[in-house]
Amino acid sequence: MKIAITASGETLESPVDPRFGRAPTFIIYDTESGEFEAVDNSQNVNAAGGAGIQAAQNVSELGPDVLLTGHCGPNAFRTLSVAGVKVIVGVEGTVAEAIEQFKAGTLKPAETPDVEGHWG
Amino acid sequence: MIIAVASGKGGTGKTTVAVNLAASIGREVRLLDCDVEEPNCHIFLNAVFNEVEPVGVLVPVVDETKCTGCGECSRMCEYNAIVSVKTKALVFPELCHGCGGCMRVCPEAAITERSRDIGVVEVGRAGPIEFVHGRLQVGEVMSPPLIRAVKRHIRPDGVTILDCPPGTSCPVITAVRGSDVVVLVTEPTPFGLNDLTLAVETVRLLGIPFGVVVNRVGIGDAGVYEYCASEDIPILLEIADDRRVAEAYSRGELAVAAVPSLRDDFASLFDAVKRLAGRQAVQSEER
Repeated sequence: MKIAITASGETLESPVDPRFGRAPTFIIYDTESGEFEAVDNSQNVNAAGGAGIQAAQNVSELGPDVLLTGHCGPNAFRTLSVAGVKVIVGVEGTVAEAIEQFKAGTLKPAETPDVEGHWG
Repeated sequence: MIIAVASGKGGTGKTTVAVNLAASIGREVRLLDCDVEEPNCHIFLNAVFNEVEPVGVLVPVVDETKCTGCGECSRMCEYNAIVSVKTKALVFPELCHGCGGCMRVCPEAAITERSRDIGVVEVGRAGPIEFVHGRLQVGEVMSPPLIRAVKRHIRPDGVTILDCPPGTSCPVITAVRGSDVVVLVTEPTPFGLNDLTLAVETVRLLGIPFGVVVNRVGIGDAGVYEYCASEDIPILLEIADDRRVAEAYSRGELAVAAVPSLRDDFASLFDAVKRLAGRQAVQSEER
């Protein structure tokens, strides 16, 4: 199973970034092999608008089953849902801690976006 | 002649200048309220509307039976208003600027367009003033298409006054572009000066002659005057900080009704604006 985590840096010790669309990095972690890949999202950090949608498209192309992040807005949530990526919000700590919590089964997928959309 | 009344800072008196100027010209004049997010000129003029036009923007509709999910549309769109996920294209209409690019690049011809309402243009009169304004629907963010619809009521003859939105972003550019003269309204405070500077930079980029109206003279400091002197910007009119003007505004009445001497001041503003426009015309003929 592949997990995507929004991160402030490129290692498993990096803090989970609470933002989805404008997180600097996505860590893609493979639970079978324990290997991971850091994918740069810097083009979206300063996007004028639609950052969540673009990020959701980029993440879904990496093929994760689930996304761990802090918050997710309605446009990103809709895009990820169509792509079949489950979204878990409210995740904190380091990337490694988030992975452990997910494996322990203490994190539950969100049914709806947890923050309002915003423009401009 | 098209006169745009604008300002960097909100609340400096754009509407006050626009409506009182229109009321002081003393002949047939057209006033277009382009501040479509919160139009309020009609309150001061008691405008009566007799025509309503719905205004929409074109947004894409994807035929899912034809879409292969190739992603050409999504790579084309600068605003992430259409995105390709797996074998589907998702549309986010409120982000769409209506350029039609996705429809053109779709190799399957799977995209058509529909109109999405964003607001209305209302047309009417207020005595000798022909009055038009736009009202953007609550929750909409895309005001430029509605501002353009309001501006389609400009006619080449006579005088048209545009009350523009505040700021220096797309809605302001849309409103100001194509006018003959810009009147920048400011107040003599550090806030007023800061935002006036931004507005001046914007109008200079557009290459339109402009001058400044200083409102609420008597408050603040000398910064605006020092700036205008150093940049060689003409001050077209000074309006004193007068409680009677504020009281009239709060009742939705014209300042020239509360303080009749202001009528001459606004008439002199009109003369100054005509001189600015004329100077430009002479200069372009010389070129």
